Amino acid sequence: MNRKGLVSIIATILGLLAGAILMFATGHNAFEGFMYLIQGGTKSIERIGNTIATATPLILTGLSLTFAFRTGLFNIGTPGQMLFGGLCATIVSQTVSLPRPILLIVLILVAFLGGAIWAAVPGILKSLFNVHEVVSCIMMNWIGYWVIYYVVQDYFPNGNKATESLPLADELTLRSGWLSDLFGGSYINLGIIIAIISVFLIAFILNKTTFGYELKAVGFNKDAAAYAGISVNRSVVFSMMIAGGLAGLAGLSQYLGVATNIQIGVMPSQGFDGIAVALLGATTPIGSLLAALFFGLLYAGRGFMSVMTDIPPEIADTIIATIIYFAATSILVERVLDKMASKKANKKVTTFTETPLMDKDIQNTDNKNESLGFMPPTDNEKKGEE
Amino acid sequence: MWETILQIFPYAIAYTVPLLIVALGALYCERSGVVNIGLEGLMIIGAFAGALTIYSLQNQYGTSVWTIYVGLVVAAIAGALFSLLHAFASINLQANQTISGTAINLMATAITVFLARNITGSGNIVLTVGLAKKNLSGLSNIPVIGSLFFTNSYATTWIVLLILIVLTYILYKTAFGLRLRACGEHPHAASAAGINVSKMRYVGVLTSGALAGLGGAIYLVTIAGEFNGSVAGIGFLALAALIFGQWKPLGILASTFFFGFATTIANVSQVIPSLATIPPLILKVFPYIVTLLALIIFSKSTQAPKAAGEPFDQGKR
Repeated sequence: MNRKGLVSIIATILGLLAGAILMFATGHNAFEGFMYLIQGGTKSIERIGNTIATATPLILTGLSLTFAFRTGLFNIGTPGQMLFGGLCATIVSQTVSLPRPILLIVLILVAFLGGAIWAAVPGILKSLFNVHEVVSCIMMNWIGYWVIYYVVQDYFPNGNKATESLPLADELTLRSGWLSDLFGGSYINLGIIIAIISVFLIAFILNKTTFGYELKAVGFNKDAAAYAGISVNRSVVFSMMIAGGLAGLAGLSQYLGVATNIQIGVMPSQGFDGIAVALLGATTPIGSLLAALFFGLLYAGRGFMSVMTDIPPEIADTIIATIIYFAATSILVERVLDKMASKKANKKVTTFTETPLMDKDIQNTDNKNESLGFMPPTDNEKKGEE
Repeated sequence: MWETILQIFPYAIAYTVPLLIVALGALYCERSGVVNIGLEGLMIIGAFAGALTIYSLQNQYGTSVWTIYVGLVVAAIAGALFSLLHAFASINLQANQTISGTAINLMATAITVFLARNITGSGNIVLTVGLAKKNLSGLSNIPVIGSLFFTNSYATTWIVLLILIVLTYILYKTAFGLRLRACGEHPHAASAAGINVSKMRYVGVLTSGALAGLGGAIYLVTIAGEFNGSVAGIGFLALAALIFGQWKPLGILASTFFFGFATTIANVSQVIPSLATIPPLILKVFPYIVTLLALIIFSKSTQAPKAAGEPFDQGKR
């Protein structure tokens, strides 16, 4: 277990603890709450399928943020990219009739491109005008929010329901009969396969290709990368576009998989939850997969918990938000870990020799610096291995 | 045309006011060197605290107007308290301020709806009576200006304008304001001059928390009328206004008014025939697009506080 992973797990435990305290404080039984929460996500094969389905967009948004973090960017624009990727896929699915295998490939391409276009704007602004991507991403989120709002309302309204788009038939989405049947009729869909392939593809790109190495190099130190002959501007735009494309795929799996239409007037929460997924997954692709499954469990189980007890379902959202907060303040956890480690070291020192005090200090500053940067390099990156 | 303007003007002002007060808070926060994208969340906390206070006071004491003002004060306090989370993370723990702000946004939405469900059963708190519009006697008789500004206005508008004047004075004309701005520009120089950077940044963040909370409650009592776990993106719009206003009080006044007016026209264009020709989409995305354009145009000469978003580490050179 590396250090980053340990910090993630401690953040999760603190988040769950905060959830428990909140449940107790509002007069509920927290043990019962957590029991039903877990049961709601795992009790039957159908519920497991639903947990995986709920986790699918989270895997992809988490992957999007992971990729961006690793290349030195903060892609907070995932909600907008999800919406636009989902909208592009919906338009194709609604208007073009293609044989299913081709349709699926076209949907994947279109959703990826949609997300990538939406993310290219902050990427280009950053590379050409040095505009911070967080600010431009937030603007793009809201532009996306309103574009989807009016396009859906004007062109694909669901009859009298003004708040959603016209539902697609299952054959026109990622839903697939055999996969659903395998999981007892749950709404699991082909999105999970896209997500798993993406995880391995991104891990491969980041760790095994020159292209990924260059993108990471730009994230580490722009000037050094430029000095080494890497085109910094091009790398920033590519990184943003790949991250945006992944978020677009998340939109595909959400709006043409988990659901069969787009809800308008809602910023998709999966976008921001991707931050939690990426941080909890220690900004590694595989970590994102695992973290997303955990959050999927919380989200899929909350309805069941809310029915069995009278705890409001928002407890799951509260726990996830708290985990993000503790992940952001991980330096607190790291300080405690450092203290524990140095105590251990001190004990050894007294029994053996007095010299290694110096080492301890060096290690401490190292860890401190690691938490300071905009997005700290992971331990893995320092060693240059997955 | 004049009739139309007269009709929508009070709505535009009502929409501008929460935007303005939230953006002002954000101004203090960023000028002290801390980026706060948790404005939306802090507004939701304020709206919730205000709704809960007003709801329970009105149940007990009837619907007199003082209940609303108590609600506004409680909302400001609640916002300030909640912003302590962001202050602690970004000042004491040198956390990533974007992540911390996002956490604030998500936590606020989740926890307020969670509590509202525990209290009222549904996630909503509906107010019996909101703030009433009033004509300012005397002033409303002035030609042109009177009918635009002093007719059908809310008392909160004047409170917020007063706060704007006071805060602008403090920021530019007092030693305290100079110190606050110094912490956002060059915290090491400020620290060397004997200023307690952490303390100043706490003041900045707490101000933004209090004003965002107040803004959320003003939105509640003037526009929304009920708490439902959302403030419709005003917090993010305020962030855009802060940037478009180039981190200056008067700039913010102008930009929030622009944005408030555009949003109001978009909201009412379906009902008013002479405005129906403008597609509402254009009006709705207008604030965000001009903010992106402003970021491009001012990218060489930006007025953004230089140290905003960077944790202050005394040992770092």
